[in-house]
Amino acid sequence: MDDLDSRAEKALMDIDKADTLDALEGLRVGLLGKSGIVTAALKTLGALAPDERKARGAEVNRVKEQLADALAVRKRVLEQAELERRLASEKLDISLPGRDGERGGIHPITRALERISAIFARLGYQRADGPEIEDDWHNFEALNFPPHHPARAMHDTFYFGDGRLLRTHTSPVQIRSMAGRQPPIRIIAPGKVYRSDSDQTHSPMFHQIEGLLIDETSSFADLKGTLAEFIRAFFERDFEMRFRPSYFPFTEPSAEVDIRWDAEDGSTRWLEVLGCGMVHPNVLKNCGIDPERYTGFAFGLGVERFAMLRYGVSDLRAFFDNDLRFLRQFA
Amino acid sequence: MKFSENWLRELVDVQADRAELAHALTMAGLEVEELTPLGDDLAGVVVAEIVAAEKHPEADRLQVCKVEAGQGEPLQIVCGAPNARVGIKVPLAMVGAKLPGDISIKAAKLRGVESSGMLCSAKELGIDADASGLLELPLDAPIGQPLADYLGLPDASFELKLTPNRPDCLGLVGLAHDVAALFGSAVKVPAQVSVPVTSEARRGIRLEAGKDAPRYLGRIIEGIDPAARTPLWLAERLRRAGLRPISAVVDVTNYVMLELGQPMHAFDNEALEGDIVVRHARAGETLKILDGSEAKLDPGFVLIADEAKGLAVAGVMGGHDSRVTDTTVDIFLESAHFAPAAIMGRARKLGLHTDASHRFERGVDPELPRRALERASELLLAIAGGKAGPVLVAENLADLPTPAAVTLRRARLQRVLGVAVADAEVARIFIALGMQVVTVAEGWQVTAPSSRFDIEREEDLVEEVARIFGYDNIPTATPAGALTLAVEPEARINELALREQLAARGYHEAVNLSFVAAELLASWSFSQNLVPLANPLSADLAVMRPSLLPGLIEALRHNRARQQERVRLFEVARVFAAGDPPLETPSLAIVACGNARAEQWGEPSRALDFHDLKGDLDALIAWGGEPQRWSVHADGLPDWLHPGRAARVARDGETVGYLGALHPQLARTLDLGADVHVLELALEPVLQRRVPQARAVPRFPLVRRDIAIDVPETAPWSQIGQVVRSTLGERLKELRLFDRYSGKGVEAGRKSLAMGLILQDASRTLTDDDADRCVREAIAALEQTCKAKLRG
Repeated sequence: MDDLDSRAEKALMDIDKADTLDALEGLRVGLLGKSGIVTAALKTLGALAPDERKARGAEVNRVKEQLADALAVRKRVLEQAELERRLASEKLDISLPGRDGERGGIHPITRALERISAIFARLGYQRADGPEIEDDWHNFEALNFPPHHPARAMHDTFYFGDGRLLRTHTSPVQIRSMAGRQPPIRIIAPGKVYRSDSDQTHSPMFHQIEGLLIDETSSFADLKGTLAEFIRAFFERDFEMRFRPSYFPFTEPSAEVDIRWDAEDGSTRWLEVLGCGMVHPNVLKNCGIDPERYTGFAFGLGVERFAMLRYGVSDLRAFFDNDLRFLRQFA
Repeated sequence: MKFSENWLRELVDVQADRAELAHALTMAGLEVEELTPLGDDLAGVVVAEIVAAEKHPEADRLQVCKVEAGQGEPLQIVCGAPNARVGIKVPLAMVGAKLPGDISIKAAKLRGVESSGMLCSAKELGIDADASGLLELPLDAPIGQPLADYLGLPDASFELKLTPNRPDCLGLVGLAHDVAALFGSAVKVPAQVSVPVTSEARRGIRLEAGKDAPRYLGRIIEGIDPAARTPLWLAERLRRAGLRPISAVVDVTNYVMLELGQPMHAFDNEALEGDIVVRHARAGETLKILDGSEAKLDPGFVLIADEAKGLAVAGVMGGHDSRVTDTTVDIFLESAHFAPAAIMGRARKLGLHTDASHRFERGVDPELPRRALERASELLLAIAGGKAGPVLVAENLADLPTPAAVTLRRARLQRVLGVAVADAEVARIFIALGMQVVTVAEGWQVTAPSSRFDIEREEDLVEEVARIFGYDNIPTATPAGALTLAVEPEARINELALREQLAARGYHEAVNLSFVAAELLASWSFSQNLVPLANPLSADLAVMRPSLLPGLIEALRHNRARQQERVRLFEVARVFAAGDPPLETPSLAIVACGNARAEQWGEPSRALDFHDLKGDLDALIAWGGEPQRWSVHADGLPDWLHPGRAARVARDGETVGYLGALHPQLARTLDLGADVHVLELALEPVLQRRVPQARAVPRFPLVRRDIAIDVPETAPWSQIGQVVRSTLGERLKELRLFDRYSGKGVEAGRKSLAMGLILQDASRTLTDDDADRCVREAIAALEQTCKAKLRG
């Protein structure tokens, strides 16, 4: 008895001293294994008298549990220590750059163009498209520009040998969208347009977005409301705005829209951002739409202007240089 | 249209200050593009006369002048102007004066000589851009008078950006009417005059151009003083309107054009022979015009001629040989009406744009010619003397435009504007604009004055009401009309999403101009079906691009030249090919050069190669969900690609694009290395997408068997894959190439390929035996068709 107790006591001390899981496992086998001291003690029970056997059995089991508990506790401690060692050894320099994290970007013109189109899409405007090489009818005549009219001189036009031309505005898409179709119509037509003009503030190719709404109720007041909402949505802020009478052959009344822009030097100025107006009855007639029954409005805007204002681009030509040092700013 | 503010104010009573006037004009559709204050700050500047001038003892370019300025004693002024000389009258800024630009005049010593003031150029005074010398004033200018009083300053030059529908405002009297309507005030235009006829000189006028020239008035004025000088007030008004004073006759006709809007012309009467004939030019007829050039005419032009020769291109420019010179004493004044359609585009055709053509092609009031002729006569007689002959008139009344009455319906006005404008206000607006108004049951019947060419239909009246009522006074509303839901087809990839995808793969979007140099296309061997512009801006921008790549590669070169070694660009735009109509194909292109991956730690760097770009292609294809419809081919490559490192891309067997390395020859021409790779695809096929149709997930496990074979170097992977797939059929779920090796351990001319066969059966679990049998079949087939050998 004393023998078992004293050996158990020593075993408990050994367990506490075990500093590896392997050593601990060795102890476990020596204590609780087939030839361990506990098993040996249990084997001696058979030789005892029944009374004595019961008491002795309880005693041996108590020692067995005590040892098993101590082994389990020590095992958890050692496992924890080992985990900590491992974690410490696996520590990374998380400040190193990630792999292949570089990405490209969308051109600021596309970015502005898509943002504008999306705003109108939410208002039910459907995207429309037309050719960039146009004929005189769609680019001018159907839009109420008579031949040789001075209004044409405002469109410096690129021509092809066969009389076709590069569209000078996205307005011909109005004609194509209305042809063979009856209102209600709401379209938004972004695209490239061309004017034979090139200097610091003019590119021979640029981007416009045309909007058109035709239905049985629309008015100039609706046009004002729509564009005011659009400007607010695009810039995410309120602007002082003004609608100024102007002239386009395909709308009447026509207007140019100015916003009150705060320059970086603290001054403010009126900045022209849009042209618009009520669709001219001649244009509706040219497209087979009854101008008595339907009215509508159209607007056109230069995407570059909006991109410049939105993203703080001061030089128009930067858009077409494709310099990565510029483009990366839009990644 | 540029004019003096003071002049306008003389014609219309407006209390508004300069800024308010400018704002009101802009908000009425007469946009003030530029406003230049003139002579705002001329206190201390007076009229002075140079009474003596000597060379400066110390400086060649300076003179020491004695100047009489009404100060009792002449002042000593040092002056460097080349035209400073005794006897002329000039502006003197006296000590204490402040000139524009915050320049204070102080007594000073110039190279040791006292100078008590400064003689000024027009520029120094802020009244003109002329800085070539002192502003020479008329000799009768009163000495000592403040210059501002003498010149009618301060004033301002207004420059309006007039829209083509408002030619009536190309004369100050017309503009005054609009201003009067805006401010509810009255115009004070000069009364119509008739000068006394004191000569019988006359000349016949024959109209032979029909409705193109329905009215032509003329008058001979004999015996003018060819040396007469234009009075200062008139010259100043011209100057402030941006016109240089030239001679009394020319200045008077210009003045009347600015005042009334009627372009006029004066001929040297001595140069005319017989009647004036207003006719169409003959085919091939030419005329030497005022600018010295030879105008080539055709029957589309109206020509002012006499019985022997052409005299002037009607409505555009006068002829050189019949012009008024500094010896002309008898003149023939022309004041005519030409139909806009007869003038439109004619000046442009001659490469000209003149004040006359600008007005006539927009429309000049047909009732103006007599008034303008009399006004010009009045001014000219006063300035240069002479005897006026009778007014000579030729007109075809039937061919003159007659203003028609246009009806504006009250309901239409409200519908179009979205606001009800009070009846009384509508009537007031029309009357103020000089229109005749009759109230009718449904609205108003309006007749516009003959000066308004833009009032032809109801919408024109709506616009006039809106303009004067004020766009600001129209409320804002939200369209309430019916909406139809726009459908976005799911079987089409959104273009923006595609761009985002390319951006996520490291590409930056570029935007190039749609036209390129023919020379650049030639170096790429693009020569078929090109679409050249008839009037390009320059040779560099002459041909519509048949491919996005030449431009994109130029952009790549631009970046390479700026220390960007690794360039990744893409563009989505149309490419063009000849046709009727020309073909426009939306296209997608990418270009790349430099290392395959951005420089980073822990990864070896490697030059970009064909298969990097093919990976981009695979990713694009995979997105559409139908890779089996796509294929790449080594044949049929364009000349600009490397014949061994490029591929033709097809969808459903039809070529849709190319990818690969640039041909080494082209690369050398463009000064590029072998690392430059490109891909261009027609956009539409890339955007096609399968709408997924789900199938049951397989119930039985996958089995994988790896094999390694060696095959001749020339055997393409596509063939090997095809053999394995057709041999194993449905059971082969995937064939994965995981290694390719040639070199040590592999026979020369052969390569080793290691692949994983991923097998599955739809109806049962495959056994090891099944899988092994598959491997044996695959190898047997490869041995038979591809000269493959199984590797140990």
